[in-house]
Amino acid sequence: MKLKGTQHIKAEEFKDNVFVKPNEQRSSSLELCRGEKTCAQANEYLETLQTLKEANTPVWLGCLDDMINWGRSNSLWPLTFATSCCGIEFMAVGAARYDFARFGFEVARASPRQADVIIVAGTIVHKMAPVLKRLYDQMADPKYVIAMGSCAISGGPFRHSYHVVQGVNTIIPVDVYVPGCPPRPEALLYGLFQLQRKIKTEKFFGGRNQKEAKPTEEEEKLIWEKQNHE
Amino acid sequence: MNKLATCLSKGGFEFETLEPIQGVETLGIKPDVWPLAAKFLKENPETDFDFLCFVVGVDEGEARLSVLYRLYSYRHRHTLLVRVNTSREVPEIPTVSRLWKAAFWEEREIFDFFGIHFLEHPDMRRLYLRSDWNGHPLRKDYAPDESLNPVADTAEPTSDTVPVFHEHGATNSPHANIDEADDYNRLFGKEDYVVNIGPQHPATHGVMHFKVSLDGETVRKVDVHCGYIHRGIEKLCEGLTYPQTLAMTDRLDYLSAHQNRHALCACIEDALGLEVPLRAQYIRAMMDELCRIQSHLLFYATFCMDMGGLTPFFYGFRDREKILDLFEYTTGGRLIQNYNMIGGVQADLHPDFLKKTAEFIRYLPTVLPEYHKVFTGNVIAQQRTKGVGLLTKEEAVSFGITGPSARASGLSCDLRKLQPYGVYDRVQFNEVLYQGGDCFDRYMVRMDEIGESLAIIDQLLTQIPQGEYRVKPKPVVKLPEGRYFKMVEAARGWFGVFIESRGDKYPYRLKFRSTGLPLVGAVDHLASGLKIGDLIVVGASLDYVVPDIDR
Repeated sequence: MKLKGTQHIKAEEFKDNVFVKPNEQRSSSLELCRGEKTCAQANEYLETLQTLKEANTPVWLGCLDDMINWGRSNSLWPLTFATSCCGIEFMAVGAARYDFARFGFEVARASPRQADVIIVAGTIVHKMAPVLKRLYDQMADPKYVIAMGSCAISGGPFRHSYHVVQGVNTIIPVDVYVPGCPPRPEALLYGLFQLQRKIKTEKFFGGRNQKEAKPTEEEEKLIWEKQNHE
Repeated sequence: MNKLATCLSKGGFEFETLEPIQGVETLGIKPDVWPLAAKFLKENPETDFDFLCFVVGVDEGEARLSVLYRLYSYRHRHTLLVRVNTSREVPEIPTVSRLWKAAFWEEREIFDFFGIHFLEHPDMRRLYLRSDWNGHPLRKDYAPDESLNPVADTAEPTSDTVPVFHEHGATNSPHANIDEADDYNRLFGKEDYVVNIGPQHPATHGVMHFKVSLDGETVRKVDVHCGYIHRGIEKLCEGLTYPQTLAMTDRLDYLSAHQNRHALCACIEDALGLEVPLRAQYIRAMMDELCRIQSHLLFYATFCMDMGGLTPFFYGFRDREKILDLFEYTTGGRLIQNYNMIGGVQADLHPDFLKKTAEFIRYLPTVLPEYHKVFTGNVIAQQRTKGVGLLTKEEAVSFGITGPSARASGLSCDLRKLQPYGVYDRVQFNEVLYQGGDCFDRYMVRMDEIGESLAIIDQLLTQIPQGEYRVKPKPVVKLPEGRYFKMVEAARGWFGVFIESRGDKYPYRLKFRSTGLPLVGAVDHLASGLKIGDLIVVGASLDYVVPDIDR
């Protein structure tokens, strides 16, 4: 198989020989073929791969991102953080019946510096808000936030109080919301799975993780008018 | 004139006799007379009011603020209510915190909520809100304006000195003269080595903040900071109708959700004169006892975990889940059930409830020996708990401690025995009492109470009658004008409700007596002089729930 210059390799061409996901986003290993020097290297690898395949050697080619994310999403360490009722359900999820150790969450850390995910279990009030922010800041990247229960989402039954923060997303960015008052342990587990799903689609080696929605024609017009007006 | 009033007039004190509240004698005393009268009431053998049960601040409207003290005597078993009024412009009442240690915390709370200065109180800081908070939220003229108190992104400013208020507004602004030591008490000396434990700490049982001054490994002093989960429930309730306020009680002490709600429902029912069907009372008692067992099982789980035993944590939660299943069959809720309603309970028992509960009470005694085998007999556990954190009976009374923690000191304070409510006079059970007052006894009281609760449920199961589970009150519940008290024995002690009604469908003032506030009040006393590891054991053995303290 020969490749020339900056020619792109289509995934389909390798379908019979090599496992490659036909996903444009994931073709980072094939992007090596851009540029002369890297192209030659890639050829070498691909040819070796071809030879190995022909000799029936079990070789598997995929994105390194996928493998790292597989590992990361199955060893998320939560911070032992609970302010009220939801904390008891959080403990129940850690205990014998629900047992989130099955999915790699069991290493609950008391120090934010060792934790990957903070499960905000319970109401956050004015006095607690700077503490929560500091805890989040102390966590090492990449870090995730789950807002557990209606208090953490919006203030819940205490929304109209003088001392309650109207949702933790006013202080720290939230990845997953788990509604309920308090959410059942199954609900929290589902929320944790959603976080795992989210992590599995990330690009660990950089690049943008989230795409902003492309503005529609009408929205573009509005933006244009606004800029001209100014 | 009644007996207590006669005693007080013999002592030569001025007072006015007010209308009794629910049959309890009520006296109005002027602020300048109050400290001496209080001393008299406490020390005179005829009155002997050793226990300050409740202190409620009320904003009476434009003219004045008032504070209501509910006194109780363990010896004579009598109760007295004292109302002290003060003006809105110069809100000053002399402190009684030197007589009853419980008043130390209650007065700080009232200062926080109403801005009443308790003169000569040794530590007149806010209890729940940040020290830079503007206004006093439970005053009726407080405007809940976001711009007045925005969510801060910096930590609370703290100081090693605390304000003390003297007569005629000698110290008006607590932060103005922070360096002038005359008006301030020193909390920590300059040479003290102070360590923060909490608010984010796995062994403080929630968001509790201890500032601990250490001498090597020995604890010298513990300064307790509350309010990291203060949700302002009492103020919220003033804007809710009575059926709506019920939802808040479950979220106070979520491990005694049924008992808390029972107290508020019973208080409203008493005020309305509503007769609750017998079946509903049986259901309530059964749920209360199941709730108590699951709370004590959780205590076992967390107490052992705090001391490093992880296996008991799984044992405790394994069996607690079985009780949550029982709750779920009938109420639909696991942790927060929203089951008690005004006039009864929300739904009848699940058809299988009686059978499954009977199965459960046969099952639990078979695993309890396992609990003791794993933890109680352990040499390390015994050495860490026996003789640690001693609380005497007199101190328990003075701090206002009730429930299992007080019964471990030999104080007979079980409301189910003292003032039987519901159907508790129809069942036979023993009040578990230990005499040691150390952490081990506090642990053992709870473990033994599980057995007593099982015995109560066993009797209730055989006695429960058929019939209605609820009488419906009128669609709009309006309490007649007046003040109402009700207390029940929750898993951690006396949980009380005070309602002041002005005949509206909203309460004018609703106050909950926290079971946990007296407990954390005693932490400094219990842990001083011990090692820092013992502080964790003391805290765990008191088994406080922080959202119940902060409300």
